[in-house]
Amino acid sequence: MTSAEPTRRDFLYIATGTVGAVGAAAVAWPLISQMNPDASTIAAGAPIEVDLGPIAEGQVIKVFWRSKPIFISHRSKKEITEAQKVDVATLPDPQPDNKRVKEGHDQWLVVIGICTHLGCIPLAHQGDYDGWFCPCHGSQYDSSGRVRRGPAPANLPVPPYEFVSDTKIRIG
Amino acid sequence: MSGPSTYQPQNAFLKWFEARLPIMGLVHSSFVVYPTPKNLNYWWTFGAILSFMLGVQIITGIVLVMHYTPHVDMAFNSVEHIMRDVNYGWLLRYLHSNGASMFFIAVYVHMFRGLYYGSYKEPREVLWILGVIIYLLMMATGFLGYTLPWGQMSFWGATVITNFFSAIPIVGETVVTWLWGGYAVGNPTLQRFFSLHYLLPFVIAGVVVLHVWALHVAGQNNPTGVEMKPGQDSVPFTPHATIKDGFMVMLFCLFYAWFVFYIPNYLGHADNYIPANPGVTPTHIVPEWYYLPFYAILRAVPNKLAGVIALFGSIILLAFLPWLDTSRVKSATYRPLYKQFFWVFVLVCLGLGYLGSKPAEGGYVIAARILTAYYFLHFLIIMPLLGLIETPRPLPSSISEAVLKKAKVAATFLFVAAIGSAAFLNMPTKAFAQEGAHEAPKPPKNSWSFAGVFGKFDQGQLQRGFKVYKEVCQTCHGLSLLSFRNLADPGGPGFTEAQATAIAADYKVQDGPNDQGEMFERNARPADRFPPPTTWKNEAQARQLYNGTVPPDMSVLAKARGYERGFPLFLVDALPFFSYQEHGVDYVVALLKGYKDKAPAGVTIPAGGNYNEFFPGNSIAMPPPLTDGRVEYTDGTPNTVDQMSKDVAAFMMWAAEPKLEQRKRVGFQVMVFLAVFSLLMYFTKKKVWADAH
Repeated sequence: MTSAEPTRRDFLYIATGTVGAVGAAAVAWPLISQMNPDASTIAAGAPIEVDLGPIAEGQVIKVFWRSKPIFISHRSKKEITEAQKVDVATLPDPQPDNKRVKEGHDQWLVVIGICTHLGCIPLAHQGDYDGWFCPCHGSQYDSSGRVRRGPAPANLPVPPYEFVSDTKIRIG
Repeated sequence: MSGPSTYQPQNAFLKWFEARLPIMGLVHSSFVVYPTPKNLNYWWTFGAILSFMLGVQIITGIVLVMHYTPHVDMAFNSVEHIMRDVNYGWLLRYLHSNGASMFFIAVYVHMFRGLYYGSYKEPREVLWILGVIIYLLMMATGFLGYTLPWGQMSFWGATVITNFFSAIPIVGETVVTWLWGGYAVGNPTLQRFFSLHYLLPFVIAGVVVLHVWALHVAGQNNPTGVEMKPGQDSVPFTPHATIKDGFMVMLFCLFYAWFVFYIPNYLGHADNYIPANPGVTPTHIVPEWYYLPFYAILRAVPNKLAGVIALFGSIILLAFLPWLDTSRVKSATYRPLYKQFFWVFVLVCLGLGYLGSKPAEGGYVIAARILTAYYFLHFLIIMPLLGLIETPRPLPSSISEAVLKKAKVAATFLFVAAIGSAAFLNMPTKAFAQEGAHEAPKPPKNSWSFAGVFGKFDQGQLQRGFKVYKEVCQTCHGLSLLSFRNLADPGGPGFTEAQATAIAADYKVQDGPNDQGEMFERNARPADRFPPPTTWKNEAQARQLYNGTVPPDMSVLAKARGYERGFPLFLVDALPFFSYQEHGVDYVVALLKGYKDKAPAGVTIPAGGNYNEFFPGNSIAMPPPLTDGRVEYTDGTPNTVDQMSKDVAAFMMWAAEPKLEQRKRVGFQVMVFLAVFSLLMYFTKKKVWADAH
């Protein structure tokens, strides 16, 4: 018995199939969601405070926030001037220095220390631009953490942070 | 699997592929056109249910392993981490732990079906033996998995089972040391058990493939035991068996979901919420319910080696069944005498299971010996004899001729009830460190806002309970699995994030080392866990301070305590509307209120002990912690001992199961969905089968 119009039987089959598909999706969701960061990992990613007092001029320290290395650089006058004088238009990833530091605190550079190429940690005080050199594939960053040379496509990102006092920042 | 497939793909790519790897043809001939007897009843759906459950266990298991740590110092806490922090972790864990029980319920139904209908008889002997192998692998897998949470039962179950092998003469001790990887059950043991627990399910899957292959060579048995003739007697597997199996799988899921969402710890043992302690054996060690009949057999035999042989023998014996049963007639439907012995055997198995959960004393031992003897008698004497002396009823000439529908329905439900109750009857007794379960009185039942299908915590009560914990219990008892941020989580006491941060700031935690290389103290933050009690630094100091005892951490204490409900109450506890899961909190309340100034006549309390009516053994090291007015309540609730006991017990229940509200809420949605979908599947099945009849 063939009929061009859907019969009651077809409706039943379609209904069962649809409800079954919804069920399958509902089952799949927890299996996928469980791989997302769990509550304790998210809680451990809460903001941290860093005391800037002990960092000497010209020194770069590394702290961890959300398991990522953060470079905190106490820039010298030379490094600041170099960073500010660059012609932004010539940069692979154009960005002026004043957008990468906090107003009134331009001796402090805070960037995420992960090379934007494939994720290695660049080495401080190396390279031709008074900044960082990544040994993995040769990317170079300047004293503002901006990429100058090499395969890296972007500048070292600036994490969310603020000054809680002149000598203390909160990252995150 | 007989002859080349009739599958002819139309699509050009599929034709190309099929010529190189005829997998579609294989699936087509095995699961689409495969001739299935049209008179199969619902007992035949349990093979599909088992395949489904194997898939569920493997998938949930793989996902759980992403978060579990197989090391003695971290295993217990990693399981609690899954329950508390991992997204839907509580669901995955309960699916896996209850899934194991469901897997065994289904396998017992499947095996008893085989026993009833003679599915092990010629030409299905190898099929049956492969099944016995799968069953043995399941038992091994279940045992290995149960050790992984590293609770008290995990540890001591591992010790007892591995000690079986010390019964082997001459090489026994060497074998046991080799299994342990040490001088006792320890970390090497846990890690290798973890490896094997991950491996064996895939071995099971391989043997299942062989099992289905062997089945397809012989064809299914059917309720008449008369072999199917091609043509009229059969229907194609798809859509007929597929939809019938699918429908039963959904009903089974409904049963499964009831356990997962509403009584998730019912089939387990509260002692496994106590972290493993190699120095203290639980008073009543019991294995999980599915091993209880064999446990009874083991203990019934007074000799160590003979007991172990009897235990393994009782399973290995099954493999010989095709030759022990001398009857030419397969199905018990046509074997009036065997049918009766079959049901007696079912009762004997249930009885052995019940006895396995009881202490090996007095009348229980005698009963276990009688039933063990009968178990072996059934296979070794009764089955061979019956085939020779029984007069079977006349067999139908073909399946099409047989008309059996009406009688089957009643028997079906009876049998499901029998097997389902096997799980309940064989449940481990909830006797915790009770020297004599009959001596300690039963704690009275309280009414709890979080009990039942729609239970929710009373936020005011949780906040009061937290205050009692802070001001009374915290001095000695830790809460190390909870973080301060949990106080602001949904389904909890309902503090705001700001309040939780302020509460945290009141506590000091250790941090460091600082730049000078020294550890220091700082105020706690929401992400920190509750710090340990300040009154004792380690267990040795605690024992010195507290009369030889260590105050237990309170994080899961409400789930680690309970009391035996006895027969038949413990059956009723599992039912909808009557479900009772609050043994732990009722015990805690009774304990806190159970102190008396003077012990009753005839009861002596040793020095340093306090008399408590509900504590097993009646002498508890903790002095009465609560007195009327001990903690000030700011919401106007009277601060009587009764009220404070209930409030702190409710808080402990939340601390033990912070996802309780989410579990019950999701459970309701799941049950409604499964009910609707089962109904749709039922009508679909009826429509599909309308053609066949």
